[in-house]
Amino acid sequence: MSEETTADTRPEPEPIDDVVIRFAGDSGDGMQLAGTRFTASSALFGNDLATFPNFPAEIRAPAGTLAGVSAFQVHIADWDILTPGDSPDCLVAMNPAALKANIGDVVKGGLVIVNSDAFDERNLHKAGYETNPLEDGSLESYHLLTAPMEQLTKEAVQGTGVKGREVLRSKNFFALGLMSWMYQRPLDPVIDWIESKFGDSPVAAANTAALKAGYNYGLTTEAFHHTYSVAPATLPAGEYTNITGNQSLAWGLVAASQAAGLPLFYGSYPITPASSILEALARLRNFGVRTFQAEDEIAGIGTSVGAAFAGHLAATGTSGPGLALKSEALSLALMAELPLIVVDVQRGGPSTGLPTKVEQSDLLFAMYGRHGEAPLPVIAAATPSDAFEVAIEAARIALKYMTPVILLSDGYIANSSEPWRLPDLTRIPDLTVDYASGPNQGDSFLPYLRDPETLARPWAVPGTPGLEHRLGGLEKQDGTGNVSYDPMNHEHMTILREEKIARIANDISPVEVFGDQDADLLVLGWGSTFGAIRAGVNRARKREGKVAHVHLRHINPFPANLGDVLARFETVLVPELNRGQLSRLIRARYLVDAISQSKVQGQPFKATEIAMRIMQLLDGKDERS
Amino acid sequence: MTDTARYTRADFQTDQEVRWCPGCGDYTILASVQNFLAELDVPRENHVFISGIGCSSRFPYYMNTYGMHSIHGRAPAIASGVAAANPDLHVWVITGDGDALSIGGNHLIHALRRNINITILLFNNQIYGLTKGQYSPTSEVGKRTKTSPMGSIDWPFNPVSLALGAEATFVARTIDMDRAHTAEILTAAYEHEGAAFIEIYQNCNVFNDKAFIELTGRETRDANRIYLEHGKPIVFGKEDDKGVIVGPDGAQVVDVADVGIDRIQVHDAKAPEPGVAFALSRLSVGPHGPTPLGIFRDVSRPTYERQLTDQIAQAQDRQGPGDLDELVRSLGTWTVE
Repeated sequence: MSEETTADTRPEPEPIDDVVIRFAGDSGDGMQLAGTRFTASSALFGNDLATFPNFPAEIRAPAGTLAGVSAFQVHIADWDILTPGDSPDCLVAMNPAALKANIGDVVKGGLVIVNSDAFDERNLHKAGYETNPLEDGSLESYHLLTAPMEQLTKEAVQGTGVKGREVLRSKNFFALGLMSWMYQRPLDPVIDWIESKFGDSPVAAANTAALKAGYNYGLTTEAFHHTYSVAPATLPAGEYTNITGNQSLAWGLVAASQAAGLPLFYGSYPITPASSILEALARLRNFGVRTFQAEDEIAGIGTSVGAAFAGHLAATGTSGPGLALKSEALSLALMAELPLIVVDVQRGGPSTGLPTKVEQSDLLFAMYGRHGEAPLPVIAAATPSDAFEVAIEAARIALKYMTPVILLSDGYIANSSEPWRLPDLTRIPDLTVDYASGPNQGDSFLPYLRDPETLARPWAVPGTPGLEHRLGGLEKQDGTGNVSYDPMNHEHMTILREEKIARIANDISPVEVFGDQDADLLVLGWGSTFGAIRAGVNRARKREGKVAHVHLRHINPFPANLGDVLARFETVLVPELNRGQLSRLIRARYLVDAISQSKVQGQPFKATEIAMRIMQLLDGKDERS
Repeated sequence: MTDTARYTRADFQTDQEVRWCPGCGDYTILASVQNFLAELDVPRENHVFISGIGCSSRFPYYMNTYGMHSIHGRAPAIASGVAAANPDLHVWVITGDGDALSIGGNHLIHALRRNINITILLFNNQIYGLTKGQYSPTSEVGKRTKTSPMGSIDWPFNPVSLALGAEATFVARTIDMDRAHTAEILTAAYEHEGAAFIEIYQNCNVFNDKAFIELTGRETRDANRIYLEHGKPIVFGKEDDKGVIVGPDGAQVVDVADVGIDRIQVHDAKAPEPGVAFALSRLSVGPHGPTPLGIFRDVSRPTYERQLTDQIAQAQDRQGPGDLDELVRSLGTWTVE
């Protein structure tokens, strides 16, 4: 763009610390792609960022309707941010429905960039507008900028060879080009990506042409002359990549398999929002990964139980409805005391619920959703990149204690992305396991003889001479593993299985108190609410008052010091995207009068919501829900 | 096979008391399988027996091999995981008519179509035994049981037809009382690469006694057992005077003298299309009257685990063994100084 810019007399871009931008359009408009590419350019530019894709469950809801609106929000900053932002500072709306569905979230005075070509009578009607909001003054409190994006895209792609309906497919690149201009993002990373994705094709040429046209439209149109720049963030030094939660979780499983020296087996049935873990692992055959797309959820875990018996690092992944179906086999794995990782990428429930939206409402199900007395370790990822670490931790516990482990993620972590400072891979803990190789009591092999410290039983894999044994769901005699209906043995074994899980508490990191150690108020959270809670706590601390924050990675068992930590605070606030499930666990276990802050709207917490609740509590104005 | 057998039957017996009802057909099948394994020159530790729930599913507890008594209907799925994880093992599935065809029907058909290298022994006694006498998915229409006091109105599955419909590569039927035939079928199934399905008619002398009497009774058995032998005309009866022809209307029994031996169907277990095998499986219902026993189908198709192993080898050839350092950088990185 050097030729144009030399003659430039426009004002310098206004430097800003951060901006929240939301791209919104029909689910077929390519808004997820535009957002992802904008994010990638920002990442390469060195900004800190967090993203939040928000899309409907329908692949293609009727075009132009509110139901079909798909949005991608990205927060870029020159500082270390924790959330994808509460409210967009800038909205790109590709049609009336996208405007209507999102305008309520935009900050007053925010920038609203609209594809004016889509605001015809038919689309306005479909979106439920009686008058055209671009003309009726209803957007007065925003800074409205319009561009005829479809007409300009058509003109831009002439001569590239794309025809008919394909022409308008490039309009997301026009929007991306315009936004790249507005926020001074480089185009080269996008052009490189287009080339790698579409090669030397008419589609590549059209997309590149539309991208440049969007950029140049901003550059040459006076209305768009006020631009912004967000400087690179001063992040800790290191090598970064931009990663979504499902991607990092998949990589974490692979890392664990290498650390354990065991091949990875992943049996799973496609389900939103967990499918992309299966997809990511299916690409990694060269890592020896065996993905097995099973006929149903039950076979997903069933094959994994079989692979665990055969000595693999076995995992299965699903979302809430699938976890329900896996429950019986999970109890078998518990009874057989086989290592297994069960990933639940939570979504709004019950039943099919809100398949593409976030919720943390499977916590009690993960804790208790099995028949019989069946305690299992439960751990949760906090952020997209944390899913990598948590997958390794799940494998560590599963292998060391010979138990299934439930790993909770959710739809927000699964699809959101953040810059991830690549870890020092040499510091991944050694998870090497020793299979049983010979008799463990005199000349005999007792499959349920336990390690005195961990209470784990030996792992003897089929193919090992002399250690032939039978596992099963029937109650085991202690030691021999033979079928036993003896009443005292059943009680003994029930308590032994419970004790084995309870002892893990001594083998996990204690909780750390962030913030004001001498505060009266502690905010306690788990899972993907980490960023919003930490940002909310920080905001409240800047304003007044003292607040502390504890984040739980391990939920069963709780870290050994949690009880003591809770006892130090007068008030404990537990924000959750459910109706108070962790708060119930805390109340039951520690007799602490925890206050639940609940949200079940299929959307993450905003930092503001957390901060406001904290302020209410500090001001003594809280009304308990 | 070696001259000096490595094992005897006793090597495959466990110290667990066998707890089937006295007179149960399961005892005979257990003895047949133990004898068969003792004759194989295969290390005991390479056999894995996976079962579901039901009377027959207690089987692994009595086999001194690796084994798992799992959950109702899921044995084919669990066995698929074992086999996919370690193709060097020989994985057996022990199941019954309720376990395999009712609660576990889905896993059965999918294991068969995938051609996973497992050997499935379906003990069909046409009744729920462990829960004490309810009708099963193979019970005949009209059967009076505790849950069908006016007679069952459920149309039964024909397990061989079902397995052929699922495009299993090996499908056979035998009967508990005929130990020589059972051994023959076990041998062929064991040698088959891929999913092998064997329906074993098994008498439940407590809840469904004499269900197969037409095939086992001294008076009737010769007239009703049709032994299928690959490459031979399908004839049966004491004097081989009966035969089977297959035409557009399916398979039917004829007097060989009426049609001439040349018109009798020559059995082809290797036929690529399962149509004729399916027609043969429809010959008897119940089973009442002449009933084919033996190998209906034995064809070759790449196994699931072979293809999986091949993909891993191909991927490693092409991309090299997985390198975690490269993997975490595969989406592009940037450096903050």
